[in-house]
Amino acid sequence: MIRALLLSAAALIAAPALAQTVAITGATVALGDGSAPIQNATLVFRDGRIIAAGSGVAAPAGAEVIDAHGKWVSPGLVAGFTGLGLHDANGIEESNDGSAKGSPFAAAIDVSTAINPTGVKIANERLGGVTRALVAPDTGNSIFAGQGAVIDLGDDADPVMRARAFQYVELGEHGARDAGGSRPAAYALFRDALTQAQDYRRNPATFGGRDRGALIKRSDAEALLKVIDGQVPLVVHVDRASDIRNVLGLTRDYPKLRLVLTGASEGWRVAREIAAAKVPVIAAALADLPESFEAVAATESNVGRMRAAGVQVGLSADGASGGEHNIRQYAGNLVAITRIPGATGLDWGQALASITSGPAAALGLDGEIGSLRPGRRADVILWDGDPLEIESQPVAIWIDGKPQPMRSRQTELRDRYLTPTEGALPKAYDRR
Amino acid sequence: MGHVRGLRLLAGAAVALSLVACGGANGERPKTASSTPGKAYSRDPYPSTYHRYPGVPTLVRNVTVFDGEGGRIDNGSVLFADGKIVAIGQTLDAPAGASVVDGQGKWITPGVIDIHSHLGDYPSPGIRALSDGNEATAPVTADVWAEHSVWPQDPGFGRALANGGVTALQILPGSANLFGGRSVVLKNVYARTTQAMKFPGAPYGLKMACGENPKRVYGSKGREPSTRMGNIAVDRATWAKAQTYKRKWDKYERDGGDQPERDIAMDTLRGVLAGEIRVQNHCYRADEMATVLDMAKEFGYHVTAFHHAVEAYKIADLLKANDTCAAVWADWYGFKMESYDGIGANLALLEKAGACAMIHSDDANGIQRLNQEVAKALSAGRRAGIDIPDAVAWKWLSLNPARALGIDNQTGSLKPGKMADVVLWNGNPFSVYTRPEKVWVDGALLYDANDPKRRPVSDFELGQPGSGDVK
Repeated sequence: MIRALLLSAAALIAAPALAQTVAITGATVALGDGSAPIQNATLVFRDGRIIAAGSGVAAPAGAEVIDAHGKWVSPGLVAGFTGLGLHDANGIEESNDGSAKGSPFAAAIDVSTAINPTGVKIANERLGGVTRALVAPDTGNSIFAGQGAVIDLGDDADPVMRARAFQYVELGEHGARDAGGSRPAAYALFRDALTQAQDYRRNPATFGGRDRGALIKRSDAEALLKVIDGQVPLVVHVDRASDIRNVLGLTRDYPKLRLVLTGASEGWRVAREIAAAKVPVIAAALADLPESFEAVAATESNVGRMRAAGVQVGLSADGASGGEHNIRQYAGNLVAITRIPGATGLDWGQALASITSGPAAALGLDGEIGSLRPGRRADVILWDGDPLEIESQPVAIWIDGKPQPMRSRQTELRDRYLTPTEGALPKAYDRR
Repeated sequence: MGHVRGLRLLAGAAVALSLVACGGANGERPKTASSTPGKAYSRDPYPSTYHRYPGVPTLVRNVTVFDGEGGRIDNGSVLFADGKIVAIGQTLDAPAGASVVDGQGKWITPGVIDIHSHLGDYPSPGIRALSDGNEATAPVTADVWAEHSVWPQDPGFGRALANGGVTALQILPGSANLFGGRSVVLKNVYARTTQAMKFPGAPYGLKMACGENPKRVYGSKGREPSTRMGNIAVDRATWAKAQTYKRKWDKYERDGGDQPERDIAMDTLRGVLAGEIRVQNHCYRADEMATVLDMAKEFGYHVTAFHHAVEAYKIADLLKANDTCAAVWADWYGFKMESYDGIGANLALLEKAGACAMIHSDDANGIQRLNQEVAKALSAGRRAGIDIPDAVAWKWLSLNPARALGIDNQTGSLKPGKMADVVLWNGNPFSVYTRPEKVWVDGALLYDANDPKRRPVSDFELGQPGSGDVK
């Protein structure tokens, strides 16, 4: 079984990647746009883009046809917000580029320069079905963490799809701590930083951002102006219902802000207000404990209730100790709770969307990634079963239409130790 | 309660026997008044006051049964009454007055047992005032007992019951210290006091830790240990001291004389050396586990289980040979250097090698989905060509942790006579789409998805937003 899969993966890699039209036929195709899966459908992609998907689609002449009867096809998973690519392991400080407490910069920080596409987690998570990640920095010396990037997990040297894709800010308990101890201090810092950014715009020559004690530097100001002008989304991490209301109120003073909420553990309590403000949310699916006093009302029904109120939702990969690919388990659980009286979950199509097009849409990227609708980048996973079901696994993966290797460091370790005892030579000699 | 008293009597009997043996075979000392045995200190000064809640005789039929010992019965039946499993089989008759549950399309299993939890000692909310899991003031704190930190109002207990089907769990001190202190085994039943949650008759555990945590915590304070060799050096010095302490107290309890000085930390280590207290050892790396196994032989104790054991798959044969279990996550990896080599097939590779393996959570959220974590491990195993039947894998969730906790004669499988710690799942528990429908502890129905009144609400959540909500 494993050998057969390896061979087919190798064959895929050997095939000419671009210019080749690929047609996957006979599969159950889930578009990732919230719709229900389509039985016995065909997916066609060419030159890195989706051409067509559906039950009435024919494989074009000359296409490489992959018979996928009994299998499922979905878009690649979009995992956000995460530190994927910024560290080798969170606890390895020497190589961790997630935050910079000693830096004089905050909003200016641009994580795109740190992404390492050969870090082992990239291949491990790709093999779990993740093809894109929304990579966010953690805060260091300010409530502003800096500018996040959208990356692909392709087996190539060019991981950054969009640099400076969003600004990330903490305005709950975390932000209070970052600001010196209180929520009001965090808001004072937020407003003053934005005011100073506007000062910089009015008169860059006199702006004092080069002073040692400056609240923000010139490059911070430039990054924040893009936020004020709505050129990049402002991702705000808050959980408490009252904090969410406060954040929604920011648009009274900064009308062009493109707000995105993340965390939002108590979002269900203000779901109608979030929906009315048309603010998308990327929330933890299964955070159901009062982990802090800002999450007292946390429940697994949070995402479902927000969705039912009309909020655009995606699931957060934050805290996935087993790896970002576990967002599909989270999504599956939101389907599971639809069978629990009193709980609100997501239907299957919405659940898949919450880990594909949902996070993409939150950043305005759903025209590019997150679904199998025509024109989208061909991030395609061929699964051996229902993509939300735990036992299912990818059997083939394409990113931007390019077939991906079906190996990772984890499979290497596994195969070395299939039998733990040494053979004729030490384990160190045992490799593919 | 009765069981605990029984244990105490047994301990007394053992002392009397050893006295006889001493006087008979080893007649060095004259039989004088001074050979009166010394007074043993209490091994159980904070006894369990747990009591089971009333239940009704219940027959679940037409259900898929995983008996927890590897067996599976399709369209089977499970009968329990008076807090105990009465029978399992293909078809059983309902006794008069029994509640009969149709299990069509559902699964029934023993309750999930989590051998590694910090509920209560690192409760929700995770604020400093409630952060009671690590006595990180010295690398050897064998004197602390987790039960003296457990906050019985942790909302996490209720989530573990309702979403995870968890009926028993071990609460451990954290891993900052080499000797973290004593663990406590609880029934997952809310109570006003921790004693009233304590699993009757469960032996104690000693939490130990190797690797990065102790050396980081104390190295950063500029004191030993700051290296892995420092970890083992402090361990060995401590065990050597414990051997002396044990000799003195063994002699005193046997022969009397002057009472040796009492040392609460050494009491625990003496208990380990006497085989009364089980070593639950946080350890990630294969080479470090091997070192610890030798250290255990050097000082004459047994490591019951390595916890986290991210690299257990590399030494599955060694663990088997030492009769030491591995309690692991399904897929946690890459969060620090010693977790860098974590793989999803860890559990399956252990099982394949015949080693004792089990799932654990170490996490207030993960404890709510241990069945799904096992499903991940099964899937990873099947990708590696290791096809472990579902019913066999349930041992990772109940019987194996029960064995490692020393409570397998009381719970952990659906064997007649054992505690009726039972979960009815609304589908295959290895599917992501499945949740507990009913959970019984000692035959008492303590969670019912269809009855909001059978959903626990801790004091902390009562009267706050979301109180009594589905969670």
